[in-house]
Amino acid sequence: MPSLGADMDYGTLVEWMVKPGDRVRRGDIIALVETDKGLIEIEVFDDGVIESLLAEPGTELAVGAVMATIGQEGQAAAAETPAKAEPPAPREPIPREKAPPPPSPPPPAPARAPRIPPGVAPPGGGARPRVSPLARRRAAELNVDLATVIAGEGNVIRVADVENTAAARGVPKPAAAREAALPAVPPPAAPPAPGERAAQKTVEERTAAMRRAIATAMTRAKREIPHYYLETHIDLGGALAWLAEENRKRPVTERLLHSVLLVKAVALAARAAPEMNGFWIDGEFRPSEHVHVGMAISLRKGGLVAPALHDADRKPLGELMKEILDVTNRARTGVLRSSEIADATITVTNLGDQGVESVFGVIHPPQVALVGFGKMVERPWASGGMLGVRPVISATLSADHRASDGHCGGRFLAAIDGLLQEPEKL
Amino acid sequence: MSTADQQAIRETVLRVLRTIAPEVDPASIDPKVDWRDQLDLDSVDLLNFLVRVHEALGVDIPEEDYPKLSSLERCVAYLAARAGKG
Repeated sequence: MPSLGADMDYGTLVEWMVKPGDRVRRGDIIALVETDKGLIEIEVFDDGVIESLLAEPGTELAVGAVMATIGQEGQAAAAETPAKAEPPAPREPIPREKAPPPPSPPPPAPARAPRIPPGVAPPGGGARPRVSPLARRRAAELNVDLATVIAGEGNVIRVADVENTAAARGVPKPAAAREAALPAVPPPAAPPAPGERAAQKTVEERTAAMRRAIATAMTRAKREIPHYYLETHIDLGGALAWLAEENRKRPVTERLLHSVLLVKAVALAARAAPEMNGFWIDGEFRPSEHVHVGMAISLRKGGLVAPALHDADRKPLGELMKEILDVTNRARTGVLRSSEIADATITVTNLGDQGVESVFGVIHPPQVALVGFGKMVERPWASGGMLGVRPVISATLSADHRASDGHCGGRFLAAIDGLLQEPEKL
Repeated sequence: MSTADQQAIRETVLRVLRTIAPEVDPASIDPKVDWRDQLDLDSVDLLNFLVRVHEALGVDIPEEDYPKLSSLERCVAYLAARAGKG
């Protein structure tokens, strides 16, 4: 069970996405896990062949517990967990109000893990359909039993299949006489597959679990991290003019929001300021070679996630914008991936849409810096001896005084300002 | 543009909206009130919404027209006027 952040102690396996014998490549999604941060797709850390699955869906596993063994082709199997080599996940013990239950040991590997449990008749025959994470979430919201959903193309259950099932159940149509004749409750389902239901939480439970995870991380941040705070104001006039011109050339599918300029500027500045980009672990600062910008995303049901935009400093604006659109949509409607949850090296929060002019954020441990942007406002702005009205944005830095000093933080914020004055180079 | 076509556009818009904010009950939407205020959508949600509306209906939406799609009623009127004009 990989650690998806300093505040995670356990995760519950919901479903395997692979079976023994499957060839996997680094980054493939192999399992769906329920954590305090919601449902997360677990990516495998290495290439190889799945040899055995040691954990049954529905099992709660301590971080570090072995979930599966992966062998290299032609080599003996080595028991490994899909934990990641980098960044080194800090595993400092976190005091809990109640003693945690003892880690549940993974059950011994069954000789042959049955993929299709007896009693489940997969619609259309053949293997049990795969279920997209979004479809799974939608099914939970609509209270649809996945065993009753007919899979679509490729034996995959998608959101539309779930919604069709829900619609057929709830709205009797004249054409569907047989369905209409059924009582207005879900048809008696085949027994759920192991784990199909076991780990599913209600929306309220998820929200409460996420609240606790945020509470733990933020309490630790304020207890351990000696924050210092800086603010500057940045004239975005040039950047916005460039953006409007650029967007005129781009179809709606390729357009940019000014937030992508902010993220890219932070990423480039972070690459040049190693003291801001990395982790404070075991009493020392460990800079990161990569710049993975965590983007704070508020969830409408409550709570907050900050998934990583990997190598944001190296990506063209168009690609980065598409990632922001995708990650934001998945954070709010679907499922994030383990690398997105675990990898961020610095965080950006943008509360401009909420109408506040500046935000002094709390650093997400073990990171050492967080950049906050506020709402764009028109301000009288003196420059070159002239007074004009310019669109101005507040940029703040919350930084860890163990890892850097205000001088360095000030240069970092000034670098962000400088980069935003030359948007064509971003 | 017939009423039936307008109804089809409205359904497409609501279907796309559900991919952005699945928690929203379409019946509860006030067609005259701004998406942002009513549904707590932000600029990233709105761009995702416009990209998907464009993909579903093939209507080009210049950036300066974004404010014309700020509510359900305005959205349907705008798209109905532009649909079929290439």
